[in-house]
Amino acid sequence: MRFVDEFRDAEKARVLAARIAELCEPGRRYKFMEVCGGHTHTIYKHGLEDYLPETVSLVHGPGCPVCVIPMGRVDDAIAIAEQPDVIMTSFGDMLRVPGGRGSFFDSNAAGADIRMVYSPLDSLKIARANPDKRVVFMAIGMETTAPSTAMTVLRAAAEGLDNFSIFCNHVTIIPAIKAILDSPDMRLDGFIGPGHVSTIVGCRPYEYVSRDYNKPLVCAGFEPLDILQSVYMLMRQVHEGRAEVENQYARVVPWNGNAKALAVMAEVMELRPYFEWRGLGFISQSALQVREKYAAFDAERIFQLPGVRVADPKACQCGEVLKGVLRPWECKVFGTACTPETPIGTCMVSSEGACAAYYNFGRFTRERVKAASR
Amino acid sequence: LGIPGEIVEIMADREDFAMVSVAGVKRAVNIGLLEDEQLRAGDWILIHVGFALSKIDEAEAAAALRMLEGMGQAYADELLALAASDSARIREERSASSGQPLSSPGGAAR
Repeated sequence: MRFVDEFRDAEKARVLAARIAELCEPGRRYKFMEVCGGHTHTIYKHGLEDYLPETVSLVHGPGCPVCVIPMGRVDDAIAIAEQPDVIMTSFGDMLRVPGGRGSFFDSNAAGADIRMVYSPLDSLKIARANPDKRVVFMAIGMETTAPSTAMTVLRAAAEGLDNFSIFCNHVTIIPAIKAILDSPDMRLDGFIGPGHVSTIVGCRPYEYVSRDYNKPLVCAGFEPLDILQSVYMLMRQVHEGRAEVENQYARVVPWNGNAKALAVMAEVMELRPYFEWRGLGFISQSALQVREKYAAFDAERIFQLPGVRVADPKACQCGEVLKGVLRPWECKVFGTACTPETPIGTCMVSSEGACAAYYNFGRFTRERVKAASR
Repeated sequence: LGIPGEIVEIMADREDFAMVSVAGVKRAVNIGLLEDEQLRAGDWILIHVGFALSKIDEAEAAAALRMLEGMGQAYADELLALAASDSARIREERSASSGQPLSSPGGAAR
């Protein structure tokens, strides 16, 4: 093992790595999935896999909200943006996500008014300043972001704004983890649970993972040591034959989550019967839609949408990457036809996407490891 | 991304908002999701898309900042997006347009 990217407390990391190695049973391989894109980023950035024994591998999960948006929803959003008097707003990393007919960037170049915002509250501000326009916020994100969107809708309702709506694409991580557990081509020994999502939902919703699937899950923080510590906690559970939900990130994640955020989310949104995830297909009750009570703020009710399912480009293997079946560099177009500048798939767009994270950091780490071991 | 910030003051004139110092820049942050936390000046919070997501202690804030600084461009983009964000100045200048033009790819992540 070479330590190619030294970070603070690298010595503590080596100690943890040694303790992880002590728990490895001879001849056994271990595979853990980090669900959250933020964790993927840290793992590649710091070359954490190089600290781990060769028999312990980390695979990347579907926890990058931009990455799982299917092409058809991008086309729907563009169809809204192209309506008369519409200002479409969204987060920066949504803008380059390709749909079947191009991205927001392409649509903007063709004349649609599309603006990047930092917060849904910015979209609200744009709506106040432009009473003659219809302002739509393309809402994406998991439970981390959905309460902020819900708060924004409540504020719009309180102010009586009639020119603001959201195109709701919020997804919920629990059903996606279940879909991966049910997937026949995936054999996992446990999960590194999301950090920020868990500040909202808490640890309880993961209990089915240990109870029904007999797999351990550890909610983890985002520092390199947090992740190594979580891998150690997972290994210890496997070694002791336990399968429990544990909270490595207790300094930020309350076991029961954030009651206010959950209440606000439930007030404005409800589960959709089903939603398509890029790569995972249709998953029942895996996304949120606006409740009837707030129909006036629901772009899906206000605008006519094509609602057409669009198949991913044949060359793109984001689906396999999102399920952890393929590593980014194993994709046919990785780094050649598909780069962060000209992404074919969503995993290359967002900084939380496994392909972008690997393209920006990981491949250099691997190359340096190879060079160093020659 | 969650960015740590220190509460400078709870805004008396704006329901659900606090003035927060983030990487040396003061801006208003919605603290409505943390109403059970009894936030006060001097408290540290984790900010995500303009909302305080959780209350953290100072050591955690320092650790989070260290990690974010190590992220380089993604953190720089997030700070730029946050600085350009207009939600801080809600009821002023109704006529001013806001939202960033699409000349700068990258930027805010959720």
